[in-house]
Amino acid sequence: MVRWPLLRVALSVSLTVLLVVIAVPVSSGPAFTPRRPIEWTIPAGTGGGADQQARFMAPVIAKHNLSPQPFIPVNRPAGAGAQAFLWMIDKSGDPHTILITLDNLFATPQAQVIRRRDGGRFSWRDLTPIARLLLDNFVLWVHADSPWKTLAEFERAAKAAPRGSVKMAGTGSKQEDEIIMVLLEQAWGVDFNYIPFAGGGAVAAALVGKQVEFTVNNPLEAVGHWEGGRVRPLAIFAPERVQFAQWKDIPTMKELGLNIEYQMLRGVFGTADMPREAVAFYVDLFRKLMDTEEMADFIQRGAFTKAFLTGPEFVRWLEAKDASVRGLMQKGGLVAP
Amino acid sequence: MDILSVFDNLLYGLGVALTPANLIIAVAGLILGTAIGVLPGLGGTNGVALLLPLTFSLTPTAAIILLASVYWGSLFGGAITSILFNIPGEPWSVATTFDGHPLAQQGKPGIALTAAFTSSFIGAFVSIILFTFFAPPLAEWALKFGPPENFAVLMLAFATFTGLGGGDPAKTIFMTLLGLLLSTVGFDIVSGQPRMHFGFVALQSGVNFIVIAIGLFGLGEIFLTVEEGLRLKGIAGRIGFRDLWETWKMFPRYWATIVRGTILGFWIGVLPGTGATPASFMSYGLAKQFSKNSERFGKGEVEGVVAPETAAHAAGIGALLPMITLGIPGSPTAAVMLAGFFIWGLNPGALLFQTQREFVWGLIGSMYIANVIGVIIVLTMVPLFAAINRIPFGVLAPLIVILSSIGAFAVNNQPLDLWIMLGSGVAGYIFRKLKYPLAPLVVALVLGEMTEQALRQSLIMGQGSPAIFITRPIALVFMAASAFLFLLPAIRSYRRRGPGVPHQATAELEG
Repeated sequence: MVRWPLLRVALSVSLTVLLVVIAVPVSSGPAFTPRRPIEWTIPAGTGGGADQQARFMAPVIAKHNLSPQPFIPVNRPAGAGAQAFLWMIDKSGDPHTILITLDNLFATPQAQVIRRRDGGRFSWRDLTPIARLLLDNFVLWVHADSPWKTLAEFERAAKAAPRGSVKMAGTGSKQEDEIIMVLLEQAWGVDFNYIPFAGGGAVAAALVGKQVEFTVNNPLEAVGHWEGGRVRPLAIFAPERVQFAQWKDIPTMKELGLNIEYQMLRGVFGTADMPREAVAFYVDLFRKLMDTEEMADFIQRGAFTKAFLTGPEFVRWLEAKDASVRGLMQKGGLVAP
Repeated sequence: MDILSVFDNLLYGLGVALTPANLIIAVAGLILGTAIGVLPGLGGTNGVALLLPLTFSLTPTAAIILLASVYWGSLFGGAITSILFNIPGEPWSVATTFDGHPLAQQGKPGIALTAAFTSSFIGAFVSIILFTFFAPPLAEWALKFGPPENFAVLMLAFATFTGLGGGDPAKTIFMTLLGLLLSTVGFDIVSGQPRMHFGFVALQSGVNFIVIAIGLFGLGEIFLTVEEGLRLKGIAGRIGFRDLWETWKMFPRYWATIVRGTILGFWIGVLPGTGATPASFMSYGLAKQFSKNSERFGKGEVEGVVAPETAAHAAGIGALLPMITLGIPGSPTAAVMLAGFFIWGLNPGALLFQTQREFVWGLIGSMYIANVIGVIIVLTMVPLFAAINRIPFGVLAPLIVILSSIGAFAVNNQPLDLWIMLGSGVAGYIFRKLKYPLAPLVVALVLGEMTEQALRQSLIMGQGSPAIFITRPIALVFMAASAFLFLLPAIRSYRRRGPGVPHQATAELEG
């Protein structure tokens, strides 16, 4: 009887050890905490939408102590994003490098063949999806001095005008702006004249200066000109109206009888083969970030659609988005030969 | 807006800028900006982008004062390495190397630096006054400039350089074409396809001209000096504040260049999408064409420092005009600042002037204050900078190579740029031995991309017809002016030699 307590101790110790051994692979293992600053790759130049958002979110993350290490935005704009995508593969397995995306993640690999170092063709599947944060909207804008007050009036004018005489300014070539224009052309059976500019700011300036007849600028790029009474929105390419302030009066294309919708992904990706623990850390971080007051305000002012999504549903959404962009580009003859 | 309300607003803005907190922010920004300007490659645009997240916790007014002060600082600082080491610290100070560095080599670095800083200040100050009183109407006029007008202005820029090469016209043409060829490397914005990148993804962002300039001018210079024999002694030169007075005594002589540089720079800056760099080259080109000492340009002529610096700083101010009045970027740096507006909770656009009095007039007020403080800071540093010139070459050369390498890398964070820099260093050495002028190459490289884009956009707008350049009145005026400038050297030599004497040069130009 004297030995009982010892036996009990021995038993409980061994049980505990056993439990720990069993438990470790079940739980997600040691949680990831960044040990050095996180590089936030931006696949576009300074001053654009993705750049603006990363540089907005980085200090909000710091303010709310969501990460022990700072997020440092770095632009890698070459090749309409190609340079940034390949960089994310070069950094394979690195838990301290993430990417903010726009739709060039889908469009650029269609418009040109991007080769990885191992010779394979790049696609977004080479990277590690972390989260969808926001969907950016597109609005059809005309000059406030133009006679077109409604989409129907603009449509009539576009159909009556000689081929190619109605000009549209857009960002880059074979990217979202041109895709949207092609959708409109096909729906109306017209031919617009697409003039590529280097960035959304220059595009909006071209409309304000009456160099072109219309644009499909993001709300953020044109809101100042709208408030200043220089441009007029005719319709939004979103599935439903944006329910903020003045934006809620802009009808959707669907309401006006055109089956066209387009929204741009503002999401976050990790390096190729990023460890699971790191992905979990970023998912958690961005979920908390999206619930901050600053982000709520940001979403409202930019007329974004809040759309946080992670895990397998995000991947399924990405597959559908990729197929849709590819389909649209093939229809419009915008894919690489 | 009547004049009285402008004065009222200006006084209010000066009050905002002179609060102790904003004053400290401006001084910090200026010092930081000057340092950023000294580091080649880490340009004002990159510097402002790096600081943007840090402005999150500031008020919008303090934030814009900080970023603008960094920009002014980098405009001042860019001249320092250009003059001392022949390494352009910023794209807009490439033209400053043409005469600034020869002056330093002749033992007059203090004069070159004083001329650069003083003319920067004059260009800036006059521009700020123009900004204060005429911002809204000027912005309206700038809006009339579409791609065809931009192309015509760029043609005018090229026309001002016809006299830039000097010497053999064939060599000048060759170097210009080489620069244009290099400018096509990268990404074709019209077709959305990469081109001439030879499999290097890094080349898809194009050959960065500041990387090329660092190699051609900075490294090329070092190779030449090494070949001439390692001088262990530095260049003896007078150091002290006497340079300031001596330089200022010369300034009245250059009034025409200063006026031309300021107006040109301010105007080019206001136009969306051009910026300080083309302005600095145009001002240099025009100064050389119209100067009495035009043959001394490139050999250490003070006027050759005054011209580009006045225009660059004037353009830097001008670039903020469409940003504030319309929410349209006038330069790459302004584009980054515009991204900041949203971070601070402001919507850039025409309403800003009416609804954000503190922000708009605080910025304008701080332009006056920051430029006065800035020029005082850099001028008191002239003797210190000039003393660097005395450091023996054996010590200085490795430092310059390190500085160049950091600068070339900092432009795009890509290692390939280091090889491009080294390659252009070797090329720069060979070109100089063969007496090929370097300036036309750099100018063509920096303007080539913009010119191609404007040309192709215009032709798309005109559905393929070049008539768009003569049917639009503003474009027509600039096209006519550039045609006149292109022909000016020929007209001049014809008049000099007299109509009766046919000679080779005119025959060549006419044939």
